[in-house]
Amino acid sequence: MFMFEKALTGGRKYWLWITSLFLLVLAGSLCYVLQLTHGLAVTGLSRDVSWGLYIAQFTFFVGVAASAVMVVLPYYLHDYQQFGRITILGELLAVTAVTMCILFIFVDLGQPTRIVNIVLHPQPKSVMFWDMIALGGYLLMNAAIAVVTLTAQREQVPAPGWIKPVIILSIPWAIGIHTVTAFLYSGLPGRSYWLTAILAPRFLASAFASGPALLILLCLALRKLSGFDAGREAIQKLAVIVTYALAINMFLILAEVFTAFYSEIPAHEEHFEYLFIGLNGDRHLVLWMWLSTLLSGVALALLLVPKWRNNIRLLVVACVCVFVSIWLDKGLGLIVGGMAPSPLGAVTRYVPTLPESAIVLGIWASGALMITVFYKITLSVWEDN
Amino acid sequence: MKITRKDFLRISGLGLLAVAGRKAVRAVAERTSERASEQTSAPFAKQVRWGMAIDLQKCRQKDGCDRCIKACHSTHNVPQFSDRAHEVKWIWKEPFKNVFPAAQTGYTREFFGNLPVLLVCNHCDDPPCQDVCPVKATWKREDGVVTIDFHRCIGCRYCMAACPYGARSFNWLDPRPAIATVNLDFPTRTKGVVEKCNFCEERLAKGLGPACAESCEEKAIVFGDLEKPDSEVRRLLRSRFAVQRQPELGTGPAVYYIV
Repeated sequence: MFMFEKALTGGRKYWLWITSLFLLVLAGSLCYVLQLTHGLAVTGLSRDVSWGLYIAQFTFFVGVAASAVMVVLPYYLHDYQQFGRITILGELLAVTAVTMCILFIFVDLGQPTRIVNIVLHPQPKSVMFWDMIALGGYLLMNAAIAVVTLTAQREQVPAPGWIKPVIILSIPWAIGIHTVTAFLYSGLPGRSYWLTAILAPRFLASAFASGPALLILLCLALRKLSGFDAGREAIQKLAVIVTYALAINMFLILAEVFTAFYSEIPAHEEHFEYLFIGLNGDRHLVLWMWLSTLLSGVALALLLVPKWRNNIRLLVVACVCVFVSIWLDKGLGLIVGGMAPSPLGAVTRYVPTLPESAIVLGIWASGALMITVFYKITLSVWEDN
Repeated sequence: MKITRKDFLRISGLGLLAVAGRKAVRAVAERTSERASEQTSAPFAKQVRWGMAIDLQKCRQKDGCDRCIKACHSTHNVPQFSDRAHEVKWIWKEPFKNVFPAAQTGYTREFFGNLPVLLVCNHCDDPPCQDVCPVKATWKREDGVVTIDFHRCIGCRYCMAACPYGARSFNWLDPRPAIATVNLDFPTRTKGVVEKCNFCEERLAKGLGPACAESCEEKAIVFGDLEKPDSEVRRLLRSRFAVQRQPELGTGPAVYYIV
């Protein structure tokens, strides 16, 4: 495989990290075998809350994947040279995130062995069909771009000309994957929490905050672990991007809250009540949703003041806050909050079970494994040069 | 010509992509031609359109009656799980206030609020479940029955999210151990697929009416052809005031409630 041998050299700590990730993947796989034998009843899902953590993680990571555009666009369209190196890292993060998305969809299926039916009996009226095309295309594009650019860098030759149109195409395509993913939800009648035209814009805003925040954290971790420095200016630029996206995301959420509560239309209010106040005595998500709000607020304050944003320690705190906040909002509240109350007004409690969480953690670990290997290879190529 | 391993992988990868691309293009093209043929054939054929009217007053004559529910669930091998989370149901009762949240004031709620309303799949004119299914495992037949291919369903549950009526159930567990006596005339399902009321399509094929309607002694469930002006269901809908569940969504439910 492509320069894979470069990932096979490393110190004791490196191998310890790889081994622990493998163990988590193994634990997740064992739990998946359990789910495969007993059915999805091993999860906390129910007739009323029929989508949960798996689908929510899928949605969140489509956002992470799409956010690569925030480094690709300035570098290739505006020739922003500071993003030269970080761009490959962003593309590799996208490849990893899309792979995780595919895994999350796969583990959510009741009959995974029939997955080829999506290709054998495609239904173009289904948004899922378009999401499959969008995600598949995006995965291939980013994989091709990363491999071609990195090979060119290794050979110290300019990248072949044909890759340029692919890169340009990948920019609107990134917006496309998250828009189509939002359309999965926002076109459904009877799910008023999702039935809003600003769901896609909201998805994009939260993606462009959480993705670059993760990229900043990854770059800073790389600086600590390997000597690779993405450059102060690049990190600062990313921080500005996170700030704008976070502010826009919070604005869009507030716009939703206003519409729901000023109109006082019960179907629109109920979902926000369920998430932020509690409904029919069920308050189990309230704490998490307020934590998400609080973290977003703290992050915005830290990012808005240039002195704080330029302080690397505070920037790390802000990025962790952004990532956790948006994960709670999108990777938890969005799906569960859309499912409860159900169309018949039932508020059914959803708590992920241990096997379900282990499967999710296993997919996270496989993502971490992929990104480790990808970054290791990339850094070795740069070091050799 | 010498082909290296890299070239071989590249060529086969491109080949696979081309096949997948062709498949996608063809699917879209099919969809367009389907629509064209729908439009041309519509004025000629006088179709059957199955529908149902439920008389709520008659339905609540006998307190706690569940004959129709039992009849349906035993006919269709619907598993009985005690855990509400894993429940599978094709026909069931819900309080009026949950079924018609908009159709009441504080005063009507006093009387109607907790009265039971019988629920089944609405077999919509324009079913959202059909549109979202990524594998065409659920579709509306020409006679209006919305049906499911249990062997094609991949269990993604997109249809459950799309159905605004909560009509669909998922087999979270293997359903077979939870069926008291198996009716050999109807298939049992496997875990991991979605199911719902099928308007007794298997009985319609034999010229029989749905099991629920047949089992009702009060004749509260009237089933028939909505396209036929002199059918019993049409006569009933002409003479009595009837409502559909959430008609404002534009799904066109074929189940009417006489209140």
